[in-house]
Amino acid sequence: MSADGVPSAELGANGNDTAGGSDTAGATAAETPPVRTEWPLWEIFIRGQHGLNHRHVGSLHAPDAEMAIGNARDVYTRRNEGTSIWAVRSADIVASAPSDKGPLFDAAESKVYRHPTFFDIPDDVGHM
Amino acid sequence: MYAQMVKGDGTGVRSPEQMSPEERAFQARIDADEKIEPKEWMPDGYRRTLIRQISQHAHSEIVGQLPEGNWITRAPTLERKVILLAKVQDEAGHGLYLYCAAETLGISRDEMFEQLHSGRAKYSSIFNYPTLSWADIGAVGWLVDGAAIMNQVPLQRTSYGPYARAMVRICKEESFHQRQGFDIMMKMATGTDAQRRMAQDALDRFWYPSLMMFGPSDAESVHSAQSMAWKIKIDANDALRQRFVDQTVPQAEYLGLRIPDETLAWNEDKGGHDFAAPDWDEFFAVLAGDGPCNAERLGTRVAAWEEGAWFRDGLTAHAAKRASRSAA
Repeated sequence: MSADGVPSAELGANGNDTAGGSDTAGATAAETPPVRTEWPLWEIFIRGQHGLNHRHVGSLHAPDAEMAIGNARDVYTRRNEGTSIWAVRSADIVASAPSDKGPLFDAAESKVYRHPTFFDIPDDVGHM
Repeated sequence: MYAQMVKGDGTGVRSPEQMSPEERAFQARIDADEKIEPKEWMPDGYRRTLIRQISQHAHSEIVGQLPEGNWITRAPTLERKVILLAKVQDEAGHGLYLYCAAETLGISRDEMFEQLHSGRAKYSSIFNYPTLSWADIGAVGWLVDGAAIMNQVPLQRTSYGPYARAMVRICKEESFHQRQGFDIMMKMATGTDAQRRMAQDALDRFWYPSLMMFGPSDAESVHSAQSMAWKIKIDANDALRQRFVDQTVPQAEYLGLRIPDETLAWNEDKGGHDFAAPDWDEFFAVLAGDGPCNAERLGTRVAAWEEGAWFRDGLTAHAAKRASRSAA
């Protein structure tokens, strides 16, 4: 199987939504009578403490958003790991492709002047 | 809990000259300790071996709930009961983390369940042994989770990103499992004569099956050599087993329990214990389906899945109804 055909179960795993078998199966569940099919995949983000960003912790299957939050609570916050949960359908995440790494990120490498350490400030000036 | 006897395919590690340019670049990234992420190029063998290994590991976590589930309603105190419930819930969670990691490689959850339920997929041999007394729950936590930790801690450094991250999460929780097991053993070992006998009996029955958890020696295995080159296996089976024995012997001494091995002795030269090998014929028989509880474990698992179908259908129908209403 080609890497592009991999259904996303990890943030960044799906650049090509239609390729994910489980995702598309879930997306059509709304229009058709319930058939035995996998529940859609959700990416789970947890805010660990007040003041911090939500952070991707993993994924899970759930039939709807409400169950996704409920399952995320059971799977990812059994030990007080969170103060808030985001659940996002994996199919709705747009990710950059590994092949875009060069065009997207290489350009920043040559711009060393964007970092404060680029500038030599004499010790006499004191802390800056 | 983890995977045993993961068969790779192919004939072992290839030299750089035998590799395609993509494979060479891939191996260079592994050698530089870079993590491989889901959408990136990887050799088919790497993908297939990982799917087998991670799904086997996941199945072990799921089936591993069953021997302990046997004692939830029989736990001696309410406190022990809630602790055991929390541990069994953790095992379910570990299974879920791992299934998700395997899914990033292109296999669906349903396919993995089908492989488990049809008996085509393997899970750790240890769960095909019965838990006959409460002391067994102590022995499972102390020895079985102890052996699992031995294997899982190095896997936190495995080359496949989603697998390594799942392992980090699992290892954090696994330490609680081993300590709660040892806590049960301490209570039993310092209890009445009857309790001490139960503790010794549990150790007697679980010692060799625990040694089997690391799998037979793979010093000569080309599959293991390839997995180690790919950093999806970190240590050789014999090395892990030795580490486990050396760690466990003093713990058994502390408990005042006797390890059921007359040949067990400290070997100054190698800086480790000499010990008897488990019965590998028994291991292969259990793996092939002829252990004491294989049929019961798989039967329970399949029944749970099938008897839960109406509930999963209900949730799916409810979600569909809500979605169609909000669309209207």
